[in-house]
Amino acid sequence: MTVHAKPMIATPQAMHFVEPLALQSGAHVRDYSLAYETYGTLNADRSNAVLVCHALNASHHVAGVYEGQDKSEGWWDNMIGPGKPVDTDHFFVIGVNNLGSCFGSTGPMHTHPDTGRVYGTDFPVVTVEDWVNAQALLLDRLGITQLAAVLGGSLGGMQALSWTLQYPDRVRHAVVVASAPNLTAENIAFNEVARRAIVTDPDFHGGHFYQHGVVPQRGLRIARMVGHITYLSDDVMNEKFGRELRDTVVGSATGYKYSTQDVEFQIESYLRYQGDKFSEYFDANTYLLITRALDYFDPARTYGGDLSAAFARTAAKFLLVSFTTDWRFSPARSREMVQALLDNQRDVSYAEIDAPHGHDAFLLDDARYMNVVRSYFARIHNELVAGVAA
Amino acid sequence: MTNDTLNAIAALVPHGSRVLDLGCGDGVLLAHLQQHKACTGYGVELDDTNVHACVQRGVNVLQLNLDLGLSVFADQSFDVVLQIDTLQHLRNAETMLRETARVGKTGIVAFPNFAHWPNRLSILQGRMPVTKRLPYQWYDTPNIRVGTFKDFEVLAEKNGLHVTDSFGLQNGQRVDTWPNLMAGTAVFKFNA
Repeated sequence: MTVHAKPMIATPQAMHFVEPLALQSGAHVRDYSLAYETYGTLNADRSNAVLVCHALNASHHVAGVYEGQDKSEGWWDNMIGPGKPVDTDHFFVIGVNNLGSCFGSTGPMHTHPDTGRVYGTDFPVVTVEDWVNAQALLLDRLGITQLAAVLGGSLGGMQALSWTLQYPDRVRHAVVVASAPNLTAENIAFNEVARRAIVTDPDFHGGHFYQHGVVPQRGLRIARMVGHITYLSDDVMNEKFGRELRDTVVGSATGYKYSTQDVEFQIESYLRYQGDKFSEYFDANTYLLITRALDYFDPARTYGGDLSAAFARTAAKFLLVSFTTDWRFSPARSREMVQALLDNQRDVSYAEIDAPHGHDAFLLDDARYMNVVRSYFARIHNELVAGVAA
Repeated sequence: MTNDTLNAIAALVPHGSRVLDLGCGDGVLLAHLQQHKACTGYGVELDDTNVHACVQRGVNVLQLNLDLGLSVFADQSFDVVLQIDTLQHLRNAETMLRETARVGKTGIVAFPNFAHWPNRLSILQGRMPVTKRLPYQWYDTPNIRVGTFKDFEVLAEKNGLHVTDSFGLQNGQRVDTWPNLMAGTAVFKFNA
């Protein structure tokens, strides 16, 4: 492994598409842009490309830092980079911001080419399948016909999975982390709470808040707070915050303020901080769109719920990873995918990491997790070197 | 696993078999079967270090707890199901044996034979055996099911398994004469 003292510099790029993209809903988007970044070098036979798909609150800025901005590390910088588990000294890694997002690709805050007005809630509903189709068009333009691997966690894992179903001959390996073949009712319920928080905020204005010069920040805060609870585990929350108070009131036997409005417990303070931070940069309509895409994803649906039948289309080799304390995308959901792949005699490895951090674990540095991904990608690299890809 | 043992077990697996290796350890046997006998399949393993070793080796590995059953595997979906030094660690050893017969057309089981003569000698002297094959003290052994070659014959019959081959393994060599006395490892090949 090479030691790299200097952080990798990332450069955001954009690709414009004039041709309309047909969406699953029947609607179209035209004249749209996709923001993306690439790291590493595409090899001569264009066989070392790895696509990284992002989850709800992330973007094309997967790894590295922006020039002159020391603390601007990409969201998966611990996983991807020179000498890292997905080694950019070996692979050409691509991060794409999805359509409807708020980090550079065309989304609800941009102008609708038909009306000349900001999309707002008129931005069409996009699905995981639509995102994958858009990503495929971007790869076409980059001259990449087949990916060495597609990699994603959570909603990003759903896209990785969908790649193997929509474009089976364009993916050699799929690495699906902390994901699921669809959302459970409980999961959809959490999304609905978040959406209701946003749309019932008086500043939402039916999704056209841009014209009013306001942002439904209250709704976004609550949406984020609910989300955040579900990304952690009970254990980790207790360990981090327990019943600790932010300030203990002097002269009160319990230390409580006996108020219902004040922030008293550390966990309240933490959630409010997370909510505030999020509401300042995330777009409300994007939140609605992305949670809906999560709700809709269900590749077994057109096969009468038979995931094994759906997976018959796959040709890739798989690595699945789950985390024992992840109750939002539990190991049982990954095992469903394992079973469906076994039924189709696909190559699959599955690591169930006993980590305490809940769903968030997929973004953290657990040595066992990192090592498994590192070794898996080392295998992919060895295949490339051996010329198996060609 | 010594090379001799590995070869002795591998010899029982037909060329090109679809194999499930329960408790596959670091994947050395599966890798051998893939490379030398054109086998395909999966290992099941619980230990993190072993799971990682399998991924490194290029062996398909599934991190699952065998004591929770084999429900992810369909009936008769493998030509051969291996349980090499696994049975003795399982709480539900009998259930797993039945599951092996359900999932595989052929089962191959190997485990330490408690009736091997040095073990008997140790018991006669009043102490639980601590040997190269059974290197643990009685109070910290992971071998929670201690059985003998003969015990397995009885269990196999009870579960209606047709034993097609059985022998002892000692120093990697096949033992067909008095295996229950003369071999540290018992090996059984059976069909459901």
